[in-house]
Amino acid sequence: MLVSIYRYNPETDTKPRMQDYQIELPQGKDMMVLDVLQLAKDQDATVAYRRSCREGVCGSDGINMNGKNGLACITPVSSVVKAGRLILRPLPGLPVIRDLVVDMSAFYKQYERIKPYLQNDDPPPAIERLQSPEDRAKLDGLYECILCACCSTSCPSFWWNPEKFVGPAGLLQAYRFLADSRDTHTEQRLAELEDPFSVFRCRGIMNCVSVCPKGLNPTKAIGHIRDMLLERGI
Amino acid sequence: MVTSITSLGKNGIYDWLVQRVSAVVLLAWFLYVGFEVFTADPLDYLAWKALFAQTWMRIFTLVALVSLCAHAWIGMWTISTDYFTTRILGSSATRVRFLFQFVCLVVLIVYFVWCIQILWSI
Repeated sequence: MLVSIYRYNPETDTKPRMQDYQIELPQGKDMMVLDVLQLAKDQDATVAYRRSCREGVCGSDGINMNGKNGLACITPVSSVVKAGRLILRPLPGLPVIRDLVVDMSAFYKQYERIKPYLQNDDPPPAIERLQSPEDRAKLDGLYECILCACCSTSCPSFWWNPEKFVGPAGLLQAYRFLADSRDTHTEQRLAELEDPFSVFRCRGIMNCVSVCPKGLNPTKAIGHIRDMLLERGI
Repeated sequence: MVTSITSLGKNGIYDWLVQRVSAVVLLAWFLYVGFEVFTADPLDYLAWKALFAQTWMRIFTLVALVSLCAHAWIGMWTISTDYFTTRILGSSATRVRFLFQFVCLVVLIVYFVWCIQILWSI
Protein backbone atom coordinates (compact mmCIF):
# COMPACT_ATOMS: atom_id res chain seq x y z
CA MET A 1 0.00 0.00 0.00
CA LEU A 2 1.18 3.50 -0.80
CA VAL A 3 1.32 5.71 2.29
CA SER A 4 1.86 9.40 1.73
CA ILE A 5 3.01 11.29 4.81
CA TYR A 6 3.19 15.05 5.38
CA ARG A 7 6.79 15.95 6.14
CA TYR A 8 8.01 19.23 7.53
CA ASN A 9 10.99 20.02 9.70
CA PRO A 10 11.14 23.79 10.24
CA GLU A 11 14.85 23.55 11.04
CA THR A 12 15.79 22.11 7.64
CA ASP A 13 12.80 22.52 5.27
CA THR A 14 11.64 25.76 3.67
CA LYS A 15 8.18 24.34 3.04
CA PRO A 16 6.20 21.16 3.74
CA ARG A 17 6.21 18.21 1.31
CA MET A 18 4.48 14.85 0.98
CA GLN A 19 6.73 11.77 1.13
CA ASP A 20 5.60 8.38 -0.17
CA TYR A 21 6.31 5.06 1.52
CA GLN A 22 5.52 1.62 0.16
CA ILE A 23 4.20 -0.41 3.08
CA GLU A 24 3.63 -4.18 2.88
CA LEU A 25 0.54 -5.03 4.90
CA PRO A 26 0.32 -8.53 6.40
CA GLN A 27 -2.29 -10.73 4.69
CA GLY A 28 -5.57 -11.44 6.48
CA LYS A 29 -5.06 -8.79 9.13
CA ASP A 30 -6.55 -5.30 9.32
CA MET A 31 -3.95 -3.06 10.92
CA MET A 32 -4.55 0.24 12.63
CA VAL A 33 -3.17 3.40 11.03
CA LEU A 34 -0.78 3.78 13.97
CA ASP A 35 0.75 0.39 13.07
CA VAL A 36 1.25 1.63 9.50
CA LEU A 37 2.98 4.72 10.86
CA GLN A 38 5.30 2.47 12.87
CA LEU A 39 6.11 0.49 9.71
CA ALA A 40 6.88 3.78 7.93
CA LYS A 41 9.09 4.80 10.84
CA ASP A 42 10.91 1.48 10.56
CA GLN A 43 11.81 2.53 6.99
CA ASP A 44 12.57 6.13 7.89
CA ALA A 45 13.34 6.90 11.53
CA THR A 46 12.92 10.66 10.98
CA VAL A 47 9.12 10.45 10.65
CA ALA A 48 7.67 12.25 13.71
CA TYR A 49 4.27 11.67 15.30
CA ARG A 50 2.76 11.55 18.77
CA ARG A 51 1.49 8.32 20.32
CA SER A 52 1.16 6.92 23.79
CA CYS A 53 -1.54 4.50 24.95
CA ARG A 54 -2.26 2.99 21.49
CA GLU A 55 -5.85 2.21 22.52
CA GLY A 56 -7.85 5.41 22.08
CA VAL A 57 -7.61 6.65 25.64
CA CYS A 58 -4.82 9.24 25.75
CA GLY A 59 -5.76 11.22 22.63
CA SER A 60 -2.14 11.77 21.55
CA ASP A 61 -2.27 10.45 18.00
CA GLY A 62 -5.00 12.59 16.47
CA ILE A 63 -4.12 13.03 12.78
CA ASN A 64 -5.83 13.61 9.46
CA MET A 65 -6.25 10.35 7.53
CA ASN A 66 -7.36 10.63 3.91
CA GLY A 67 -9.03 13.93 4.74
CA LYS A 68 -10.76 12.95 7.96
CA ASN A 69 -9.51 13.55 11.50
CA GLY A 70 -9.30 10.62 13.90
CA LEU A 71 -7.10 8.68 16.26
CA ALA A 72 -4.54 6.63 14.35
CA CYS A 73 -4.46 3.92 17.04
CA ILE A 74 -8.14 2.95 16.76
CA THR A 75 -8.74 3.62 13.06
CA PRO A 76 -8.50 0.46 10.93
CA VAL A 77 -6.65 1.03 7.65
CA SER A 78 -9.55 -0.58 5.76
CA SER A 79 -11.92 2.14 6.97
CA VAL A 80 -9.90 5.06 5.58
CA VAL A 81 -7.84 3.77 2.67
CA LYS A 82 -8.98 4.95 -0.77
CA ALA A 83 -7.76 3.42 -4.03
CA GLY A 84 -4.94 1.65 -2.19
CA ARG A 85 -3.55 4.92 -0.94
CA LEU A 86 -3.37 6.37 2.56
CA ILE A 87 -2.62 10.08 2.95
CA LEU A 88 -1.59 11.16 6.43
CA ARG A 89 -1.46 14.81 7.41
CA PRO A 90 -1.28 16.68 10.73
CA LEU A 91 -4.50 17.98 12.31
CA PRO A 92 -5.53 20.99 10.21
CA GLY A 93 -5.57 24.55 11.50
CA LEU A 94 -2.81 24.26 14.09
CA PRO A 95 0.86 25.20 13.55
CA VAL A 96 3.07 22.23 12.67
CA ILE A 97 6.01 21.59 14.97
CA ARG A 98 7.30 18.73 12.86
CA ASP A 99 5.69 16.24 10.44
CA LEU A 100 2.46 15.04 12.12
CA VAL A 101 3.14 16.82 15.40
CA VAL A 102 1.15 20.04 15.89
CA ASP A 103 1.35 22.84 18.43
CA MET A 104 -1.85 22.48 20.47
CA SER A 105 -1.38 25.68 22.51
CA ALA A 106 -4.36 27.47 20.90
CA PHE A 107 -6.55 24.43 21.61
CA TYR A 108 -5.47 24.17 25.26
CA LYS A 109 -5.83 27.92 25.74
CA GLN A 110 -9.51 27.72 24.81
CA TYR A 111 -9.91 24.71 27.11
CA GLU A 112 -8.32 26.68 29.95
CA ARG A 113 -10.63 29.62 29.22
CA ILE A 114 -13.80 27.73 30.09
CA LYS A 115 -12.41 26.90 33.56
CA PRO A 116 -12.68 23.10 33.31
CA TYR A 117 -13.04 22.40 37.00
CA LEU A 118 -15.82 22.47 39.60
CA GLN A 119 -16.47 25.88 41.11
CA ASN A 120 -18.62 25.91 44.23
CA ASP A 121 -18.84 28.76 46.75
CA ASP A 122 -20.72 26.75 49.37
CA PRO A 123 -18.69 25.50 52.37
CA PRO A 124 -17.23 22.08 51.55
CA PRO A 125 -19.09 19.21 53.29
CA ALA A 126 -17.26 16.87 55.66
CA ILE A 127 -16.88 14.06 53.11
CA GLU A 128 -17.84 14.96 49.55
CA ARG A 129 -20.42 16.85 47.48
CA LEU A 130 -23.14 14.34 46.74
CA GLN A 131 -25.03 14.10 43.47
CA SER A 132 -28.22 12.21 42.64
CA PRO A 133 -27.99 9.45 40.00
CA GLU A 134 -30.22 11.61 37.75
CA ASP A 135 -27.88 14.60 38.02
CA ARG A 136 -24.88 12.36 37.47
CA ALA A 137 -26.53 10.96 34.32
CA LYS A 138 -26.58 14.48 32.84
CA LEU A 139 -22.79 14.32 32.55
CA ASP A 140 -22.84 11.21 30.35
CA GLY A 141 -21.68 12.03 26.84
CA LEU A 142 -19.76 15.04 28.16
CA TYR A 143 -17.07 13.88 30.58
CA GLU A 144 -15.66 11.23 28.22
CA CYS A 145 -13.76 13.74 26.06
CA ILE A 146 -10.05 12.91 25.85
CA LEU A 147 -8.97 16.27 24.35
CA CYS A 148 -7.52 14.75 21.19
CA ALA A 149 -8.53 17.94 19.27
CA CYS A 150 -9.95 15.96 16.32
CA CYS A 151 -13.22 17.93 16.60
CA SER A 152 -11.90 21.46 17.03
CA THR A 153 -9.37 21.05 14.22
CA SER A 154 -12.09 19.85 11.83
CA CYS A 155 -14.17 22.96 12.53
CA PRO A 156 -13.80 25.86 10.04
CA SER A 157 -14.97 28.35 12.68
CA PHE A 158 -12.03 27.25 14.86
CA TRP A 159 -9.66 27.53 11.88
CA TRP A 160 -10.77 31.14 11.26
CA ASN A 161 -10.93 32.33 14.87
CA PRO A 162 -8.94 29.98 17.15
CA GLU A 163 -8.28 32.79 19.61
CA LYS A 164 -11.95 33.81 19.94
CA PHE A 165 -14.14 30.76 19.24
CA VAL A 166 -13.89 28.22 22.06
CA GLY A 167 -14.30 25.31 19.64
CA PRO A 168 -16.33 22.10 20.01
CA ALA A 169 -14.01 20.39 22.52
CA GLY A 170 -13.93 23.40 24.84
CA LEU A 171 -17.68 23.95 24.54
CA LEU A 172 -18.43 20.30 25.28
CA GLN A 173 -16.46 20.73 28.51
CA ALA A 174 -18.07 24.12 29.18
CA TYR A 175 -21.46 22.40 29.11
CA ARG A 176 -20.14 19.52 31.20
CA PHE A 177 -19.63 22.04 34.07
CA LEU A 178 -22.77 24.05 33.30
CA ALA A 179 -24.77 20.83 33.58
CA ASP A 180 -23.07 19.72 36.80
CA SER A 181 -25.43 20.07 39.79
CA ARG A 182 -22.43 20.62 42.08
CA ASP A 183 -21.16 23.69 40.20
CA THR A 184 -22.52 27.06 41.41
CA HIS A 185 -20.80 29.38 38.92
CA THR A 186 -23.36 28.96 36.13
CA GLU A 187 -23.98 32.70 35.83
CA GLN A 188 -20.28 33.60 35.59
CA ARG A 189 -19.67 30.79 33.10
CA LEU A 190 -22.55 31.94 30.86
CA ALA A 191 -21.43 35.58 31.10
CA GLU A 192 -18.06 34.51 29.69
CA LEU A 193 -19.72 32.82 26.71
CA GLU A 194 -22.39 35.32 25.61
CA ASP A 195 -20.23 37.33 23.16
CA PRO A 196 -20.64 36.89 19.37
CA PHE A 197 -17.60 34.59 19.05
CA SER A 198 -17.13 32.15 21.95
CA VAL A 199 -20.24 30.03 21.29
CA PHE A 200 -22.07 31.69 18.42
CA ARG A 201 -19.42 31.04 15.77
CA CYS A 202 -20.74 27.48 15.74
CA ARG A 203 -22.73 27.14 12.51
CA GLY A 204 -23.90 23.65 13.32
CA ILE A 205 -22.14 21.91 10.43
CA MET A 206 -21.41 18.97 12.76
CA ASN A 207 -17.92 18.13 11.48
CA CYS A 208 -17.08 17.71 15.17
CA VAL A 209 -19.72 15.01 15.60
CA SER A 210 -18.64 13.10 12.51
CA VAL A 211 -14.98 12.89 13.57
CA CYS A 212 -15.19 12.42 17.35
CA PRO A 213 -13.41 9.10 18.06
CA LYS A 214 -15.36 8.73 21.31
CA GLY A 215 -18.74 9.17 19.60
CA LEU A 216 -19.57 12.38 21.50
CA ASN A 217 -21.85 15.15 20.26
CA PRO A 218 -20.40 18.66 20.81
CA THR A 219 -23.08 20.24 18.56
CA LYS A 220 -25.79 19.03 20.94
CA ALA A 221 -23.88 20.43 23.94
CA ILE A 222 -23.47 23.76 22.12
CA GLY A 223 -27.24 23.75 21.52
CA HIS A 224 -27.81 23.30 25.27
CA ILE A 225 -25.45 26.21 26.05
CA ARG A 226 -27.33 28.35 23.53
CA ASP A 227 -30.63 27.43 25.21
CA MET A 228 -29.22 28.38 28.61
CA LEU A 229 -27.99 31.71 27.23
CA LEU A 230 -31.39 32.30 25.63
CA GLU A 231 -33.25 31.56 28.87
CA ARG A 232 -30.90 33.86 30.73
CA GLY A 233 -31.18 36.65 28.15
CA ILE A 234 -34.91 36.79 27.54
CA MET B 1 -14.46 37.76 27.48
CA VAL B 2 -14.25 38.40 23.75
CA THR B 3 -15.37 41.92 22.85
CA SER B 4 -16.74 43.30 19.63
CA ILE B 5 -17.84 46.88 18.93
CA THR B 6 -19.16 46.52 15.38
CA SER B 7 -21.58 43.61 15.80
CA LEU B 8 -25.26 44.56 15.87
CA GLY B 9 -25.99 43.71 19.47
CA LYS B 10 -22.45 43.40 20.93
CA ASN B 11 -23.82 40.13 22.26
CA GLY B 12 -24.01 36.75 20.58
CA ILE B 13 -27.44 35.73 21.82
CA TYR B 14 -28.96 39.03 20.66
CA ASP B 15 -27.50 38.68 17.16
CA TRP B 16 -28.51 35.01 17.05
CA LEU B 17 -32.10 35.82 18.01
CA VAL B 18 -32.36 38.76 15.60
CA GLN B 19 -31.03 36.53 12.80
CA ARG B 20 -33.71 33.87 13.46
CA VAL B 21 -36.65 36.24 14.02
CA SER B 22 -35.76 38.34 10.96
CA ALA B 23 -35.53 35.16 8.87
CA VAL B 24 -39.06 34.17 9.92
CA VAL B 25 -40.40 37.67 9.13
CA LEU B 26 -38.73 37.61 5.70
CA LEU B 27 -40.09 34.15 4.97
CA ALA B 28 -43.60 35.28 5.90
CA TRP B 29 -43.31 38.44 3.74
CA PHE B 30 -42.00 36.65 0.67
CA LEU B 31 -44.60 33.88 1.00
CA TYR B 32 -47.38 36.45 1.25
CA VAL B 33 -46.14 38.59 -1.65
CA GLY B 34 -45.60 35.42 -3.69
CA PHE B 35 -49.14 34.35 -2.90
CA GLU B 36 -50.46 37.76 -4.04
CA VAL B 37 -48.42 37.65 -7.26
CA PHE B 38 -49.70 34.20 -8.19
CA THR B 39 -53.34 34.78 -7.22
CA ALA B 40 -53.86 38.38 -8.42
CA ASP B 41 -56.00 38.45 -11.54
CA PRO B 42 -55.04 40.51 -13.37
CA LEU B 43 -51.57 41.23 -11.98
CA ASP B 44 -51.24 44.88 -12.96
CA TYR B 45 -50.18 48.16 -11.47
CA LEU B 46 -53.60 48.80 -9.95
CA ALA B 47 -53.57 45.47 -8.08
CA TRP B 48 -50.01 46.14 -6.92
CA LYS B 49 -50.93 49.68 -5.83
CA ALA B 50 -54.01 48.46 -3.98
CA LEU B 51 -51.91 45.87 -2.14
CA PHE B 52 -49.33 48.37 -0.92
CA ALA B 53 -51.87 51.13 -0.23
CA GLN B 54 -53.09 49.25 2.81
CA THR B 55 -51.54 50.47 6.07
CA TRP B 56 -50.98 46.97 7.44
CA MET B 57 -49.10 45.98 4.26
CA ARG B 58 -46.89 49.04 4.55
CA ILE B 59 -46.14 48.20 8.18
CA PHE B 60 -45.50 44.56 7.25
CA THR B 61 -43.18 45.64 4.44
CA LEU B 62 -41.38 48.09 6.71
CA VAL B 63 -40.85 45.37 9.31
CA ALA B 64 -39.58 43.05 6.54
CA LEU B 65 -37.21 45.80 5.37
CA VAL B 66 -35.81 46.35 8.86
CA SER B 67 -35.48 42.56 9.20
CA LEU B 68 -33.65 42.36 5.87
CA CYS B 69 -31.17 45.06 6.89
CA ALA B 70 -30.53 43.52 10.34
CA HIS B 71 -30.23 40.03 8.84
CA ALA B 72 -27.83 41.22 6.15
CA TRP B 73 -25.71 43.22 8.58
CA ILE B 74 -25.27 40.28 10.98
CA GLY B 75 -24.44 37.95 8.06
CA MET B 76 -21.96 40.31 6.41
CA TRP B 77 -20.37 41.19 9.74
CA THR B 78 -19.90 37.49 10.44
CA ILE B 79 -18.34 36.93 7.03
CA SER B 80 -15.95 39.85 7.54
CA THR B 81 -14.83 38.62 10.95
CA ASP B 82 -14.39 35.06 9.66
CA TYR B 83 -12.33 35.79 6.56
CA PHE B 84 -10.76 39.25 6.93
CA THR B 85 -8.58 38.40 9.90
CA THR B 86 -4.91 38.99 10.70
CA ARG B 87 -4.38 35.25 10.26
CA ILE B 88 -5.44 35.51 6.61
CA LEU B 89 -4.64 39.09 5.55
CA GLY B 90 -1.81 40.03 7.90
CA SER B 91 -1.46 43.55 9.26
CA SER B 92 -3.94 45.08 6.79
CA ALA B 93 -6.81 42.92 8.11
CA THR B 94 -8.35 45.53 10.43
CA ARG B 95 -8.43 48.18 7.69
CA VAL B 96 -9.90 45.75 5.12
CA ARG B 97 -12.48 44.49 7.60
CA PHE B 98 -13.52 47.99 8.65
CA LEU B 99 -13.75 49.16 5.03
CA PHE B 100 -15.85 46.13 4.09
CA GLN B 101 -18.17 46.71 7.06
CA PHE B 102 -18.43 50.42 6.24
CA VAL B 103 -19.35 49.70 2.59
CA CYS B 104 -21.95 47.15 3.73
CA LEU B 105 -23.43 49.68 6.14
CA VAL B 106 -23.63 52.42 3.48
CA VAL B 107 -25.25 50.02 0.98
CA LEU B 108 -27.81 48.91 3.59
CA ILE B 109 -28.68 52.51 4.50
CA VAL B 110 -29.04 53.47 0.82
CA TYR B 111 -31.30 50.47 0.13
CA PHE B 112 -33.34 51.16 3.26
CA VAL B 113 -34.04 54.80 2.38
CA TRP B 114 -34.64 53.94 -1.28
CA CYS B 115 -37.12 51.19 -0.39
CA ILE B 116 -39.04 53.52 1.92
CA GLN B 117 -39.25 56.11 -0.86
CA ILE B 118 -40.63 53.46 -3.23
CA LEU B 119 -43.01 52.09 -0.62
CA TRP B 120 -44.52 55.47 0.16
CA SER B 121 -44.74 56.54 -3.48
CA ILE B 122 -46.83 53.59 -4.67
